[in-house]
Amino acid sequence: MTEGRIVLGCLAPHPPHLVYADNPEQNEPISEGGWETLRWGYARLARKLKTIDYDAIVILTPHWQTYIGTHFLGCDSFESLSVDPIFPNLFRYHYDLDVDLALSEKMCEAAREVGLVTKMMRNPDFRVDYGTITSCHLLNPDWDKPLVTISSNRNRHYYSVEVMNEQASALGAACAKAIKDSGKRVVLVASHSLSHRHFTIEAPLPEDMSREHIYNHSQYVWDMRLVELMREGDMQQVIDLMPEFTEQTSAETEGGGLTWMMAAMGMPDYPAEIYGYQSVIGTGNVIACWDPDEETREVVL
Amino acid sequence: MSDENPVLFGLYVPPHPHPLLAPNENKGWGELRDAYDECRKRIEESDADIILVYSTTWPSIVGHQIQVQPEPEWVHVDDDFHFLGSMPYKFRMDAEFGNAYADTASARGLHSRTVAYHGFPIDTGSVVALSLLNPDNRLPACIVSSNMYSNRAETIVLGKAARDALIEQGKKAVVVVVATLSNRMFTAHIEPSEDRIHSPKDEEWNRKILEFFADGRLEDISQLSRDIHGQIRVQKVVAYKPAWWMAAVMGQHNHYDGEVLAYAALQGNGGAVIQLTPAKGSVGDKEFDEDDVEFYRGDRSVLESGAESVPVVEDVPKPTISTRKAPDPVGAYPHARVEGNLLYLSGVGPRQAGTDAIPGGPIEDEEGNALDYDIKKQTEACIRNVKTILEASGSSLEDVIDVTAFLIDMKRDFKGYNSVYSKHFEPIQATRTTLAIQALPTPIAVELKVIARAP
Repeated sequence: MTEGRIVLGCLAPHPPHLVYADNPEQNEPISEGGWETLRWGYARLARKLKTIDYDAIVILTPHWQTYIGTHFLGCDSFESLSVDPIFPNLFRYHYDLDVDLALSEKMCEAAREVGLVTKMMRNPDFRVDYGTITSCHLLNPDWDKPLVTISSNRNRHYYSVEVMNEQASALGAACAKAIKDSGKRVVLVASHSLSHRHFTIEAPLPEDMSREHIYNHSQYVWDMRLVELMREGDMQQVIDLMPEFTEQTSAETEGGGLTWMMAAMGMPDYPAEIYGYQSVIGTGNVIACWDPDEETREVVL
Repeated sequence: MSDENPVLFGLYVPPHPHPLLAPNENKGWGELRDAYDECRKRIEESDADIILVYSTTWPSIVGHQIQVQPEPEWVHVDDDFHFLGSMPYKFRMDAEFGNAYADTASARGLHSRTVAYHGFPIDTGSVVALSLLNPDNRLPACIVSSNMYSNRAETIVLGKAARDALIEQGKKAVVVVVATLSNRMFTAHIEPSEDRIHSPKDEEWNRKILEFFADGRLEDISQLSRDIHGQIRVQKVVAYKPAWWMAAVMGQHNHYDGEVLAYAALQGNGGAVIQLTPAKGSVGDKEFDEDDVEFYRGDRSVLESGAESVPVVEDVPKPTISTRKAPDPVGAYPHARVEGNLLYLSGVGPRQAGTDAIPGGPIEDEEGNALDYDIKKQTEACIRNVKTILEASGSSLEDVIDVTAFLIDMKRDFKGYNSVYSKHFEPIQATRTTLAIQALPTPIAVELKVIARAP
């Protein structure tokens, strides 16, 4: 068996607003559009994914929050209605997805072996979180690849961002080993925004773009600092800055997604492909990917 | 509308699914289940019209959300404790009350909205509490979220808005707060038999809080909330809020009969089932370390900061104010009008919004025959209507500058009117003039004319 490998890593924020704005048939609400900078960026990244040969998507999502270790989806498939508890007016999405159960079990076992607390989620009534649904819809609207969702352990709440960094790094390394052993080609997805302070009111028309802006300038400056480092290919410094960045901007990186993905990819020292940056209800969102293949890596923006 | 306390009693219950799904696997979980069952019986035996739930496991971001789907139905699975099993539910919600609650919250300056979507993910805490306390849907319920950014002022106003809605609708409620005490869980899987409170410090604080609850000292717990948050709460939200909301909706004082029915560890957290019943004759003994708050003036306008050049029609202050929460005018005039920095109220009597009923009774029947009436109750209702109009205008009773009072029988009524007036206005020190007049347009004995600072 050939060794498995990670063929792409994507930082893929999951504001339900983007699915709402896209008006796919799976989503009940209807919109007049909005957030085009991000949606067009996603469309371009989705086109790139179509050119890549891969077997499964592995996604770490901050909207499956677990306090007792890290959990992995453990059934063959899930079909249900995902309603965003925060923005139910925007996101009521009918999903039907397949899970790469063998890969999920392998990663769960590999993480357990390095000392992390893990659990397979085998309840068929479980509702897959909207972060997974949103990021996967935007990256792969055909839903033609199986996926594995990994929960976000809330060690940042219990301890600190530093502890989150340590544990997410260990999880990333374990997942990379499991992927290698599986012989599969895998796309990793860290599903989250950067700065994450929301407005607590919503415009009467949510897609009214005249009302959309970053929550404050400090968030913007921090977001740009990270994006710049991504462009420069200095992901080690991004991870080193993670505690300060996360605390200063209430960042969704607290869930460990980016740290996990960078650790799994061996801390890339090559430039990320940037597909767009835009605020959504005040939060800062960048779409980026890391392509290990020099032949296909490009400067997008 | 009733002048009585609209809250029959309050319950503080834990959100974890263990008492529902695995009561026999641990002695403490079983005790919590027994306590839940006892509370269910007490609710069934009460005269409650509604169960009002504030759940700390329903976080919201855009203001507060209120569930108004008439019969939400789903099979819920907890994110962490999925291995304990599924929780199928079908609840009965009081949509009329939920909508009224959203209105009273808005009237107090809060951003709130109702949710009525099939498949909306009702949170674990609400599912557990309603499944155990109201399994047959004997009573309709209402669930309100806990905004993750909200702090003390917003949470207290949210509680007061709940009380407004109960009074407005004339409903008696059992209020249920779904929350833990200490909330540090073990971060590894444990056998049920190994469950215990996470640390001696958590245990010590939990015992202290339980002692306060047993003594009925709700307001004291409310004022200890910031300490509780710092000492025994994981810092995942900005504050420990349940006691703020509970005190605001039940009454901000320490005159309760408290009963701790059970206390046990839930994966290391402190879980307790507690009942608080307002004690008879309670008058309240507020001694606030921080200002009490009636109206929320927080950062809800942040979204507008980038759009000053695009005025939003509904945000432009209106020169006149009318509200359906106050009695209809008997002529062509608004309830209030803004001129410059001042808010002028039209004369306000004790009639009740919607029904025109007169608390304390009318002064005469339809044939003009004199009736006995209670001037204290009429004055109380008058002041409540003034407060409602002020708040609908973005102002508050504390902003009142000048009052003119009209009495139809100075000799009979001055003393009773004056005692009720003093209760509300003594701390405010507005100027006042009291006049005797021959009659008022409706069969009432008192009317107030008020000038206040505009918001």
